[in-house]
Amino acid sequence: MNRALVLIPLFPLLGFLVNVSFGRRLSKVVSGGLASAAMVASCAVAAMAVWQLSGMPVASRAIEQTVYTWISSGDLLIDLTLRVDPLSAVMILVITGIGALIHIYSTAYMHDENDSEFARYFSYLNLFAAFMLVLVLGASFPVMFVGWEGVGLCSYLLIGFWYKKKSATDAGKKAFIVNRIGDYAFILGMLLLFAQFGTLDFQQLATSISGLSPEVGAVGVLSLASLLLFVGATGKSAQIPLHVWLPDAMEGPTPVSALIHAATMVTAGVYMIGRNAVLFSHAPEALAVVAVVGALTALMAGTIGLVQNDIKRVLAYSTVSQLGYMFLAMGVGAFGAGIFHLYTHAFFKALLFLGSGAVIHALHGQQDIRHMGGLKRDLPVTYWTFLIGALAIAGVPFLSGFFSKDEILYETFHQGHVLLWVVGALTSLLTAVYMFRLVFLTFHGERAVAPAEASEETSAHHASSHEGSHSTTHLHDAPPAMAFALIVLALGSILAGYVGVPHALGGHNQLATWLAPSFEAPGAAIGAGAGAVVGEAAAGAEALELTLMAVSSLIALAGIGLAAFVWLKRRAIAQAMADAYPGLHRLLLNKYYVDELYDTAIVQPIRIGSQEALWRRFDVGVIDAAVNGTGSVVAAGADVLRRLQTGSVRAYAGSMFVGVVVVLGYYLWR
Amino acid sequence: MIPLSHYLLVSAILFCIGTTGVFLRRNVITILLSIEIMLNAVNLSFVAFGRQMGTVDGQIIVFFVMTVAAAEAAVGLALVIGLFRHRESLNPDAFTSLKW
Repeated sequence: MNRALVLIPLFPLLGFLVNVSFGRRLSKVVSGGLASAAMVASCAVAAMAVWQLSGMPVASRAIEQTVYTWISSGDLLIDLTLRVDPLSAVMILVITGIGALIHIYSTAYMHDENDSEFARYFSYLNLFAAFMLVLVLGASFPVMFVGWEGVGLCSYLLIGFWYKKKSATDAGKKAFIVNRIGDYAFILGMLLLFAQFGTLDFQQLATSISGLSPEVGAVGVLSLASLLLFVGATGKSAQIPLHVWLPDAMEGPTPVSALIHAATMVTAGVYMIGRNAVLFSHAPEALAVVAVVGALTALMAGTIGLVQNDIKRVLAYSTVSQLGYMFLAMGVGAFGAGIFHLYTHAFFKALLFLGSGAVIHALHGQQDIRHMGGLKRDLPVTYWTFLIGALAIAGVPFLSGFFSKDEILYETFHQGHVLLWVVGALTSLLTAVYMFRLVFLTFHGERAVAPAEASEETSAHHASSHEGSHSTTHLHDAPPAMAFALIVLALGSILAGYVGVPHALGGHNQLATWLAPSFEAPGAAIGAGAGAVVGEAAAGAEALELTLMAVSSLIALAGIGLAAFVWLKRRAIAQAMADAYPGLHRLLLNKYYVDELYDTAIVQPIRIGSQEALWRRFDVGVIDAAVNGTGSVVAAGADVLRRLQTGSVRAYAGSMFVGVVVVLGYYLWR
Repeated sequence: MIPLSHYLLVSAILFCIGTTGVFLRRNVITILLSIEIMLNAVNLSFVAFGRQMGTVDGQIIVFFVMTVAAAEAAVGLALVIGLFRHRESLNPDAFTSLKW
């Protein structure tokens, strides 16, 4: 296994190389099948690695492979080293497993594209997975950074996949540029750590840092480095203030959204904090910032999700909101809970996105939920799987989301951050409401077809049985490849939580025990100590945990009930609410005007500055003027000097004579 | 025995006559002839120096100069014919269009 680790990212990379070189000559079956097979193979290797890992003693659970020495310069020695430890084990399973399902789903979803576009799509998808695997397997910051930048590139390529659509290319550029801002801070944080500790290997860093005392009430190198890295994480994981790119990323094909939101990319920030848990726990002030930003993001995105009308945008804001949860967990020091939520979220968010993709596929590109409704009958597989996903994300008891969300809320409350708990609970209510608003508007009630689409469908289906009712225009439920992915993910959404059943419910929270060594410095009292702490806390606060659990379950059910009341019984209420608070409604509909704020505060000043000062003044006035000036000075000088060229032979002879006399005279009389 | 300075003086006088001719005459053929006078002035001083030094080097150079002068006269006269056909004139001030 020590030698096979490199195969995990290598399989998708090979898939990328084949599809990018020969893709246009391959049929869809071959290119799509190859890409999916690469992911499945990678998943198999990952599973074997994790299996081997679980057989190792707790204290030394890590498989390492040094592929080659990447950079060797003076003191700096960076090996391309891959390392699987309990934390990255969870990540590689999520990435390859869910990634493989998304690949399989895509073979059906993208079937309308022509062969070369289809191959291009799958090559990007494979590259995305390969970079994400490098990101989580990298044993040092530089290797992680390769993956970190790589997923940024792939997100740009995939969001702008339909490059003939201006909004899609704009969204791709936005994602890339916003990520770049975060990456800049990430590099600074990385360099700061290197300057301070002289190493960029995660284990060595953790060992050096664990020898220092935590920076309580002071901002030192550790806090600064943590904050810089966190800024990088806000870019990748779409937290305030760099969350703006994620909703726009909906311009890409729907399976891409699923891949970005569930298996890759946005989880990178959460993973990075988990990977540097020792660093972050030695900087409590920075950790507090993480928690507050996470909670605020969760709340803000939840409120926006409440009023959006695009099915994918609602899901996008729900991702931002759930990522806020994960950062909240990281921020209160509950790293295990954060990763647990990352893991369960991957299942139900992938499921929800793929479900929405099936809806969009069936409706030929319709994304506005106001023009949906009543799809329950026509799309049973999609409906039931989507419903399971929605129940899981809302936190209904005994589905996966319930366990992870409750663990986060419990940890938040338990650590004494009551205010943050209130924010979290409120977000949980919002989550239930907007998810079920989505479910009810999409699948229940009567179908409200958009006028343009209705006429188009009438003409398209006039031969088929069209008897006035919308529901008779036959819609196709998910084709087999899509249905397969949906059903597997639905099962995952139900069952994934059972690896982390809390002690209060008679479980053992295996996941927390499994992950604990990754959040400690190597060589510290691992496993036993962490397990004891978990056990003790659970014993002491079991009653509290059960109470909180009951509260949040009630909140989830209340949210669903509220959504059912408003959007099943009295749809007028929603409109009445919007009319009663037009300002608030507009504020939410326009996403708190963050995009507009950035546009006014940053984009326009830069644009105007570039246009007026840099272009019109500096470029035209200085650079172009210097070039043109040289030319005209030479021309003007030549205009004077060419008068010497008289054409008269006698004048030439005279000047020659004078020249000879002068030269000779100089040598004779000097 | 005539001293060297006499030869050199004659040579200098011939050279000045040639130069003056080049500058003052208005006929291309006369200018060419003046150039020949200048060349021969130089030849004279070469031969005189050669005799003074007791070597044949000066005379050898003179042969070369005469060869080159013959070639120059041939080319020069051919040009003159070409120019005359073109402009119906032998005045060098008429050939000033090759300028600027």
